Amino acid sequence: MLDMIIGTVTQGLIYALLSYGIYITYKILDFPDLTVDGSFPLGAAVTAVFLVKGFDPYLTLLIAMAAGALAGLATGLIHVRLKVRDLLAGIITMTALFSINLQIGGSNLSVERGIDTIFTAPPTMLLFGSMPLMYRKLIVAFILALIFKLLLDAYLKTKSGMLLRAVGDNSALVTSLAKDNGRVKILGLVLANALVALAGAIVCQEQRSFSATMGTGQMIFGLATVIIGTTLFRKLDFVKGTTAVVIGSILYKACIQIAIIAGLPANLLKLVTAVLFLIILVLGGMKGKVKQSA
Amino acid sequence: MLELKNITKTYNPGTVTEMCLFKDFELSVKDGEFVSVVGSNGSGKTSMLNIICGSIPIDSGDCLIGGESINKQKDFVRYKKIGRVYQNPSMGTCPNMTILENLSLADNKGKHFGLGKGVSKKRIDDYKAMLSTLGLGLEDKLNVKMGSLSGGQRQAVALLMATMTPLDFLILDEHTAALDPHTADIIMELTDKIVREKKLTAIMVTHNLRYAVEYGSRLIMMDKGHIVLDVDGEKKKNTKVEDILDLFTSISIECGN
Repeated sequence: MLDMIIGTVTQGLIYALLSYGIYITYKILDFPDLTVDGSFPLGAAVTAVFLVKGFDPYLTLLIAMAAGALAGLATGLIHVRLKVRDLLAGIITMTALFSINLQIGGSNLSVERGIDTIFTAPPTMLLFGSMPLMYRKLIVAFILALIFKLLLDAYLKTKSGMLLRAVGDNSALVTSLAKDNGRVKILGLVLANALVALAGAIVCQEQRSFSATMGTGQMIFGLATVIIGTTLFRKLDFVKGTTAVVIGSILYKACIQIAIIAGLPANLLKLVTAVLFLIILVLGGMKGKVKQSA
Repeated sequence: MLELKNITKTYNPGTVTEMCLFKDFELSVKDGEFVSVVGSNGSGKTSMLNIICGSIPIDSGDCLIGGESINKQKDFVRYKKIGRVYQNPSMGTCPNMTILENLSLADNKGKHFGLGKGVSKKRIDDYKAMLSTLGLGLEDKLNVKMGSLSGGQRQAVALLMATMTPLDFLILDEHTAALDPHTADIIMELTDKIVREKKLTAIMVTHNLRYAVEYGSRLIMMDKGHIVLDVDGEKKKNTKVEDILDLFTSISIECGN
């Protein structure tokens, strides 16, 4: 039982990075970004390939983030420069990424036991080597989720970060500030998809495998965690959006874990994910507006 | 000096709803002028502002600032030198950000939005001083979200934000139209004060004939894309609401309104 709880919390913390990305696009930019379903496995594919080639597992995280950033850049350019609607721009990149991911990693790629991941590499072992792998995973996931939460919080308080918040809140104001709101949107998509690909990279290192279909439903998952988190803590101003999103992510993973314990066949997982998301969306909407209209 | 030369603008060209708004439209505004623009709906007032700001493209003609064409400049580039307050009070501020954050954004206009601190603590006292000139008690509400303020309060802050950094032009697009009469008066007084203090060149579109007559150094009336009345100096001072109301009514009757 304890093992299961630790496993669920670890999953929640790892997927929190994906939720940060969706927090940026959905909550801050007000942009429904479907690139996520492609950039998440992209991060995993890149990671699997570089790990197999013998690269440092921490370095592969950065490479995966760069790949995700490029995916976000593609969606941003399609939307802003080619003037394609937000939803469609994401779908185009997502679809293209499916083939790209197959090219990079094939349909499946596993990382052998002998290859070090961030959970078994020397720096981690030096600090937490005495712990069993399961606890090490929890700690590393916690540290990564915390570092990126603090980085994101700090970024949102910078001038650039405030401009990003402004563009989702009132893009006309950004134009009045003599800034190209298209560029700000692109920047947001780049950051968001870098985080999503990072989540994919960590998941890949954690389960030691990449599969081309692992991106399906990730956007819905991320949206659900953002909405659970921000709805739960709507009345509490002192809880930061990023904190709310981490808690949302852990809660959502727990819900799914409970469904599996209750005897849900694995093939129905995405169906449950979708239904759960619908319920959250409707409940969140009934309590008050989920999204504030500008 | 702002000049609009031979501006031609047709909406929906090549369709049944084709409508030629401007044909060889001309206007020049000297530095330091405060121009009030009146006219019925569809006379081209807001389109004129949008052409100046680059929000809508023109078919032909020239838009010049200080003798240089700004035709090729995109809207956000033009806003480096232009401040604008909109009719809708929520257009000029970010509702989910605090007053302090909104003012900080405006304060950084024209500069680089990098990784420096978004809110400068040193400037807080200056912001408070600016807010206290509004007389709305907002100086104690720096950390309140913009969205929870009333329309008048938001418009007052929007006006402050639009005029915070050095400007060539202030564009006021019916900025009192969505406010109750009392609040509208306050905002109008404030606008006049800011324009005088900062010696701004301003163009104000309004439906309030009284404001057009009482404020500003020049008065323009537009109808169907043409300027039908243009007075300034002493003549403007001697113009009364009744005079322009008569002209306004006669135009409206022609239109069948």
